[in-house]
Amino acid sequence: MLEVVGLSKSYGTGAKVTRAIERLDFAVEEHEFVGIVGPSGAGKTTLLKCIAGLLAPTDGQTLLRGVPVTAPPPELAVVFQDYSRSLFPWLSVRRNVELPLRRKQEVADKGRAAAEALGAVGLAGFEDHYPWQLSGGMQQRVAIARALAYQPRVLLMDEPFASVDAQTRAELEDLVLRVREQFGVTIVLVTHDIDEAVYMSDRVVVLSRPPSTVQEILTVELPSPRDQVESKALPEFVSLRARVYETIMQPAAKVAG
Amino acid sequence: MSRMHLSRGRLGWLTLEVGATALIVALLWLYTDTNESYAVAPLGDVLDAFRATWLFEHVGSDVVPSLVRMTLGYGAAIVIGVVVGFGLGSSPVLAAIAAPVVSFLRSIPAAALLPPAIVLFGIGGGTKVAVIAFVCCWPIMLNTSDGVRELDSTMLATARVYGIRGIDRLRMVVLPAVAPRIFAGMRTSLSIAILLLVTSEMIASTNGIGYFVFQAQQQFAVDDMWAGVLLLGLLGFGLNLLFGVIERRVLRWNVRGDGSN
Repeated sequence: MLEVVGLSKSYGTGAKVTRAIERLDFAVEEHEFVGIVGPSGAGKTTLLKCIAGLLAPTDGQTLLRGVPVTAPPPELAVVFQDYSRSLFPWLSVRRNVELPLRRKQEVADKGRAAAEALGAVGLAGFEDHYPWQLSGGMQQRVAIARALAYQPRVLLMDEPFASVDAQTRAELEDLVLRVREQFGVTIVLVTHDIDEAVYMSDRVVVLSRPPSTVQEILTVELPSPRDQVESKALPEFVSLRARVYETIMQPAAKVAG
Repeated sequence: MSRMHLSRGRLGWLTLEVGATALIVALLWLYTDTNESYAVAPLGDVLDAFRATWLFEHVGSDVVPSLVRMTLGYGAAIVIGVVVGFGLGSSPVLAAIAAPVVSFLRSIPAAALLPPAIVLFGIGGGTKVAVIAFVCCWPIMLNTSDGVRELDSTMLATARVYGIRGIDRLRMVVLPAVAPRIFAGMRTSLSIAILLLVTSEMIASTNGIGYFVFQAQQQFAVDDMWAGVLLLGLLGFGLNLLFGVIERRVLRWNVRGDGSN
């Protein structure tokens, strides 16, 4: 579905060059949930922007269903960390969700697609509110609904729960796992939170400190559906999160190719 | 309970405002009535002159021409300011080229432009409109270009990801985002427009409210002169009020709530 091939991105030139990510290779299967974690300062957001076609890589490429990504593809949606800047405050919740559908031929009934997506995130009845009238968690739900209504094959999420409180965070994590089943979408989640990555993902890609390379790719074999209390108490969960933590703490020099 | 307190508070403030205004008018009335100076007309006489002049004998001959000039000049300033502002805001190269020229042109004191404008356009309506447009376009232009330059990167990335481009992007994303800045510039320009309207009509005109006030002074018609000043004050007050109403309507969303509601 999604292939990242030898992807590198550096900023600046000459002596002042900063290498954010270096020769990243991994693939995401259809309907898979892949979490990308790394220490703070690792080029997680850079990687996500390159995958989304928002940033041109210095080297390498991303293939979406075999086609190189050079601009944001129509079958891809992004949920950004900062919902307050990603939602348009002058549009109601409904119009925020419907705006991306205006030129989308595949979505026949725009009003219904928007209503379905808003229902799925538990916001039925809030269509005529403005984003700034809602709490942070609800605003991020609007952003998630907008992404779902767009009917993407791949949904990229950039630290989507970093700006909400811990309880809301757990609620939103479970919400995303639910709608993932319902809408059958492939998800790539970038996060600095190891628990979150392990809890939500089928596989976890661990990045090193910059210049970031792929340290390790771990398969998460926890039973589904996952549960905030039970799943996190399982020995597999505990050992996996320890493993990810140790990998992140390793010095970059010990990278296994 | 709290709502009752709130409305009583509002009523209190309103009483204070109206009461203070009434007191000031009464004191003014008393002062102008007892003052011997010929320049100080009794308020009663001024109001009589106001009624005789502006209700509605001179509306067609002076008020309408003034309002037309003002509307044309201010309207042109908005169009020029917004269009050029978008250009300067989107292109750093263009902005760098234009910066010194813009800084210089907007630094020319507005009234200094009147003599050259008269030479260029004569004392017809063109001079007034041109001067108002020229001076009023800078605050709008600079605010617009700042607004375009400071467009949020996450917001623009969102538009790109969701394929919002071309006219949709302009209408639904960029223009609303810059609108608060455009309105800020327009508010500054509105005061300048009124100022220039009156100044230009005093120097280069054969009608208009400014011309009327100046003529009244030249003919020692002190009542008429003050009546004209009163009208200009009311006009400025009314235009600012109207502007506020339009701004609040267009920028409804920009009044951030506290999350309740």
